[in-house]
Amino acid sequence: MKYAVRKVLTMGVTILVVSFLVFLAFHIIPGDPALAKLGTQATPEQLEQLREEMGLNDPLPVRFVRWLVAFVQGDMGTSYSYQMSVTQMIGEKIPITLTMGMMAFGMMVGLSVVLGIYTAKHNGGVIDRVICVLNQLLMAVPPFFSGILISWGLGLMLHLFVPGSYVSYTKDRGGFFYYLLFPAAAIALPKCAMAAKLLRSSLIEELKKDYIRTAFSRGNTVNGVLYAHALKNALMPVITFWGMALADMLAGSIIVEQVFGIPGMGRILLTSISHRDYPVVQAIIVLIAVWVIVINTLVDLIYKLVDPRIS
Amino acid sequence: MKKKYNYNLMTGGILTVTMLLLILISVFYVPYDPDKMDSTAKLAKASFHHIMGCDQFGRDIFSRVMKGCGNTFFVAAGTVWMGTVFGILIGSFTGYYGGILDEVLMRINDTIFAFPSILLALVFVSLLGGGKYQIILALGIAFIPSFARIVRSEFIRCRELDYVKSARLSGAGSLRIMFVHILPNTRNVLFSAILIGFNNAVLAESGMSFLGIGVQPPEASLGRMMSEAQTYLLTRPSMALFPGLMILWMVLGFALLGEGISERQAG
Repeated sequence: MKYAVRKVLTMGVTILVVSFLVFLAFHIIPGDPALAKLGTQATPEQLEQLREEMGLNDPLPVRFVRWLVAFVQGDMGTSYSYQMSVTQMIGEKIPITLTMGMMAFGMMVGLSVVLGIYTAKHNGGVIDRVICVLNQLLMAVPPFFSGILISWGLGLMLHLFVPGSYVSYTKDRGGFFYYLLFPAAAIALPKCAMAAKLLRSSLIEELKKDYIRTAFSRGNTVNGVLYAHALKNALMPVITFWGMALADMLAGSIIVEQVFGIPGMGRILLTSISHRDYPVVQAIIVLIAVWVIVINTLVDLIYKLVDPRIS
Repeated sequence: MKKKYNYNLMTGGILTVTMLLLILISVFYVPYDPDKMDSTAKLAKASFHHIMGCDQFGRDIFSRVMKGCGNTFFVAAGTVWMGTVFGILIGSFTGYYGGILDEVLMRINDTIFAFPSILLALVFVSLLGGGKYQIILALGIAFIPSFARIVRSEFIRCRELDYVKSARLSGAGSLRIMFVHILPNTRNVLFSAILIGFNNAVLAESGMSFLGIGVQPPEASLGRMMSEAQTYLLTRPSMALFPGLMILWMVLGFALLGEGISERQAG
């Protein structure tokens, strides 16, 4: 319990530090938000007045706290280029990217457990070797390349879906999930290969240990030992990897969204970067950072749950 | 006892050496000018003249792939160089001395480490603008924490070992102990970290170029070639395939090399 409280506290501090750093970074960059809003035709008096209105003349800590409070309350500012609330802009996109990320995560976990256990059990067999070679290859594939391969092979050749024909979840829920299957697979495959490889080597290591021999000597079956004893211990390093992968998947989806023409967070982030629409960029970066930090903390907590020896 | 054959090291070595050779050759010679547009050869199929065909502007894909590999390699090498140098500096001081400096730097380290590197690079790009050197700077900063962490833990492991104590007794200064005595002993760990970091850098660079914020046109880049080729995926899938396979080749080579080396060290 004490451990959990400490972890959550550290998480809070880290989130604060990160959001301050992001705030600072976007504060340092050259460019005047007031000027950006009014254009170069504005008189110095108008500029000064707007700066006062927007609170740009206050000291940095004051502005940070104000921004943070508004952010927590759900007001992420106004986009420069769309004159629209950032919360609204991002709010529509979050479900899309999140669904894709969770689908990819589910695929990765499911497939890697199945493949990892199978290859560890049949260590040295023909299928194990084939899967290992395939894994090695897949690990080297960048997610956008797997995305292109999937949209070419499954989309254009086998006609399972039409690349670029994204359906909004407000229109057709089934079509939405079906279309997202393919980009999710593109994100999941390379990660899945790594996770399966990790689980395989971790399981093989685990099966060499004394307690496994003891378990066998008591008359347990192979499957009994594998699932009741070895798997739980072997999963430890894999859980860490899954956590890291989940954090990474959000970043990976930025790229894969481009391949499949999905109007998610990645699309909005990229256009905002190219338009120098800083409130939007800032909000997305902070959101993703919070997501990553929360996941890292969760992994630590789960770890403790699985293995109480960790302090 | 018969020595076990190290397939990983062998394959990885061959892939890496051929890749490096290709890059080296591309510095002095490419079959065609990679930026020259030939309107008669637009989207030409692979032939003896253009062994990988031509792109939508009639530029020779093989020449562009060669140059693109060079650019990717350059960015990845720069990134890893930056990450390693600063990682060693930060990691060695914090690991050797410990204390409050260690505590503060490691917290900052953890914070940066929590960010996916491509996201951090995106932040920097939105601040600095896109381009080859900006990418190196951005990815380099994103890569420092992981190296710093590895070097730090090695220094913590080594600082109380007997050879360090004897060096201290014989009057060696802290700097000498750190960089002449301890650092060479971290080479095994550092080397595999460099290989893994290099691969991550290749993937990150090609990803950024794919998004159009990496290496800027007209300079050839593997990522950008693939994003341009997407439009022609139905008619000319090979346009996307070749640059993609090149990335695969590069990453696979270094990954297998790394595994082969650690296999060999393990004996």
